[in-house]
Amino acid sequence: MRTLKFLLQKEFRQIFRNKNILRMMFMTPIIQLIILPQAANYTIRNINIAVIDLDHSSYSQKFVNKVLSSGYFKLAALAPDYKAGYDLIEKDKADILIEIPQGFESKLNTEQSQTISLSVDAINGVKAAVGSGYLTNIIQDFNNQIRLDWIQPSTMNQMPTIDVASSNWYNPNLSYYLFMVPGILVLLVTLIGGNMTSQNIVREKEMGTIEQINVTPVKKYHFILGKLIPFWVLGVIVFTLGLLIARVVYGIIPLGSVALLYLFVTVYLIAIMGFGLLISTYSETPMQANSLTFFFMQIFNMMGGLYTPIDSMPGWAKVLTDVIPISYFIDVMRMIVIKGSHFHDIIPHILIVLLMGVVLNTWAILNYRKTT
Amino acid sequence: MKQFFAFVTKEFSHVFRDRKTLLMLFGVPIVQIVLFGFALTNEIKNSNIVIVDNAKDLASQQIITKIASTDYFKIRKDLMSASQIDAAFKSGDIKMAIVFPENFYTDLLHTNKAQIQVIADASDPNTGTTLTNYVTGIIAAYQAQLNATIPIPEQINISTRMLYNPDLKGAPNFVPGVIAMVMLLICVMMTSISIVREKELGTMEVLLVSPFKPLYVILAKAVPYLVLSLINLTVILLLSVFALDLPIKGSILLLYAVSTMYIITSLSLGLLVSTGAKSQYGAMTLSLVGMMLPTMMLSGYIFPIENMPLVLRILSNVVPAKWFYLIIKDVMLKGLGFSYIWKETLILFGMTVFFLTLSLRNFKTRLE
Amino acid sequence: METKKEVVIRTKDLTKRFGDFVAVDKITFDVHKGEIFGFLGANGAGKTTAMRMLCGLSRPTSGEAMVAGVDVYHKPEEIKRNIGYMSQKFSLYEDLTVLENIKFYAGIYGLTDKQIKDKSEELVEKLGLQNQAKVLVSLLPLGWRQKLAFSVAIVHQPKVVFLDEPTGGVDPSTRKQFWDMIYDASEQGITIFVTTHYLDEAEYCDRICIMVDGSIKALDTPYLLKQKYGVDNITDVFYQLARTAKRSDN
Repeated sequence: MRTLKFLLQKEFRQIFRNKNILRMMFMTPIIQLIILPQAANYTIRNINIAVIDLDHSSYSQKFVNKVLSSGYFKLAALAPDYKAGYDLIEKDKADILIEIPQGFESKLNTEQSQTISLSVDAINGVKAAVGSGYLTNIIQDFNNQIRLDWIQPSTMNQMPTIDVASSNWYNPNLSYYLFMVPGILVLLVTLIGGNMTSQNIVREKEMGTIEQINVTPVKKYHFILGKLIPFWVLGVIVFTLGLLIARVVYGIIPLGSVALLYLFVTVYLIAIMGFGLLISTYSETPMQANSLTFFFMQIFNMMGGLYTPIDSMPGWAKVLTDVIPISYFIDVMRMIVIKGSHFHDIIPHILIVLLMGVVLNTWAILNYRKTT
Repeated sequence: MKQFFAFVTKEFSHVFRDRKTLLMLFGVPIVQIVLFGFALTNEIKNSNIVIVDNAKDLASQQIITKIASTDYFKIRKDLMSASQIDAAFKSGDIKMAIVFPENFYTDLLHTNKAQIQVIADASDPNTGTTLTNYVTGIIAAYQAQLNATIPIPEQINISTRMLYNPDLKGAPNFVPGVIAMVMLLICVMMTSISIVREKELGTMEVLLVSPFKPLYVILAKAVPYLVLSLINLTVILLLSVFALDLPIKGSILLLYAVSTMYIITSLSLGLLVSTGAKSQYGAMTLSLVGMMLPTMMLSGYIFPIENMPLVLRILSNVVPAKWFYLIIKDVMLKGLGFSYIWKETLILFGMTVFFLTLSLRNFKTRLE
Repeated sequence: METKKEVVIRTKDLTKRFGDFVAVDKITFDVHKGEIFGFLGANGAGKTTAMRMLCGLSRPTSGEAMVAGVDVYHKPEEIKRNIGYMSQKFSLYEDLTVLENIKFYAGIYGLTDKQIKDKSEELVEKLGLQNQAKVLVSLLPLGWRQKLAFSVAIVHQPKVVFLDEPTGGVDPSTRKQFWDMIYDASEQGITIFVTTHYLDEAEYCDRICIMVDGSIKALDTPYLLKQKYGVDNITDVFYQLARTAKRSDN
């Protein structure tokens, strides 16, 4: 026990003297939490459209105004014909072409149907789907509007209508920040917990101070605890800093219990640091540790459910998400912060991450041998 | 000349000796392509929903059947109260609840009006609105069916054509991005670390006092990474074409030419980083945090630039990857020629000159 | 010469194999209490490997070894309480001060708080580092670091201290000061096991052992070795033996 006290004293002294670490601890949360959510916005806006209006009627005018007043689209240009419009798409000046045929208004008024053509630059599949989706809604809305002007109300009432009463729970403002910021905080804690631990140990390996400890009576578990505890403290500090930033900058106040969040972050850090420890046992230089960490962090980041939904992944990918700790933490953060989930809702998450922590740390300890 | 090759060979052996770093350099793009290509998608499907059918009548059954026939939803039928729905949301079991009132069909028949409640878990705004839109669409189609006998005048039809990527696959969007990111990683990070390592070991001074011109030293360091980047590019292109069914529409020669331009831009950026970094660790951190992170965020391949606030949109113009991403898209996916990309290429060229000039200046002041 | 003294290190046919490669080949020797035992040899001769086995850092492949009364095979952890170690890289924490390093190592070797306090003051005095006690080790010149590392290695009065090439890179007068410290420790009853490739330092040892290609080719006092080979310095003894070496740097 006393040995542990000396080890911890040394670690904390070294950490707080290391400007690089302190800088990373404070700068990274700030940058990531303030800039990344601004960038990581999937709300589609500012879609450039080019309109080919072959009718020049009051209907076509009204329609274009309706499209532009929705706020999602910007008028890039009015094109004289399809060829000119297509050229705009090639030059990346327009994302969607809207073609209103000649005789649009007159033909509609004489009970004939008309077709509006959309040509969509679909390289960004999401943008294309969402953009054309918005346009479809606007067109249908416009259709209903002109129909109402034209038809007798009594006829309308003979048509059965189903009213869909939709409500959005937990995030009525549909704020993307509320959804992304807790997830980005998870990313942050993961990066710092995993990276710092492995870098620290590998650097000691390189300098030879680990060998010096190997010849002392210090036991394996003392040494490992002596490394895990300080970085656990750092992880919790960064997490707290992150929660503060989320509150101050984005006004995000967790709906659920903050104590529960801290419980989970503790369990999670044990698992992530075990991972960092494991990486350090496979690396000789900090550069190697960095490469390995980067490789795995990329996978964690992409598969954790932060940017794309896990439900939509194919079966084998879902299995992968089941074995990485980050998907559980992102889930828990969102559940507790946004929905106010309770302890019993996250028991399975806690148990699984705890198990991962045990496996990773055991593996790392077995790898780290005092004797070769 | 022979000495130059000897030097280049030495640099190559440094690179290939470090297996773990090689894993990262080649593994990362391959993994990204596989994951982006087969696992990651922004489409919403397989969402767990609960249908609370208080009516259990003809209409509700028909609507439920329609909903079940799509692969958007995984349906569970249950009679839940509002608080039970809340609990189910909180435990993450479901993402949406659809509630049919008791006299659904009878109301519809007799008063021509009925209501369905659609409650979405809007934690993820995209999922919430998309699911709501799906359901609304299905119900609207059902409503149209009911009204099929009544002719509706003033019908506007919509014909939508998806250009370049008719199946709305994610691949076209991210493959160029992965290429841009990987080249940056190799050229900026690896080159700067390699140069700084030489400084740290003290061998840089040895080289500088040798008859070997400093310019050749730098070139010798850059060549392996140029080659590595081109190999990586080839691997990515092969994967895209054969595994992701993403054909290369434009001229392959032009593709490699512009890629080489971008590689040179990145190498000069790596050189600049090496003049600023004091240690290998510093070079690594500067490259990762200072370059990689902004590149991933602001180049436009993961997050569309148009959605970002003005400040970030302006900032993105400084990121070389953003311009390269545009070039690659135009050449690879739209099949366009040089006349369409000359502006972006010129910008990359300008950046290269800027980085090189700055590096040279830093280097000179260091020596004094 | 001292009369029969307590044997602190004993090896019998100690061997270390890495696959087919025999790094240390059946070495046998005894080291007595307070002795300064020098382990010489070219790079690759096996001295560091041998030492690592005796420290409990590496498991022997075969043979016997006992350090401070403890069997190296079965109780490597127990050995560590009774030994000290100074590696080639000096292994002090560069981002800790002189005092902090002393207190840390004293602490993990189990000294009480009072002992730690007393020992720290004593060491700082002895080394003349009163003005640098609170200075980071990274700012100390090499010679001071070496002396500090040695003092820290024996802070707990171990039975044996192992020194792996301890005097690399410093000027001769600093080396002489270092060896004065070694003599001091030896007089206190601490056994010194030192590997070096500075052949002139061999003269400072009580007995030296010369390893070539993994086995012991010579083991005796410097005086007797010089007599046996008919030369007047250890360097020549070494050259005669090394000529038969198959393993070396080239």
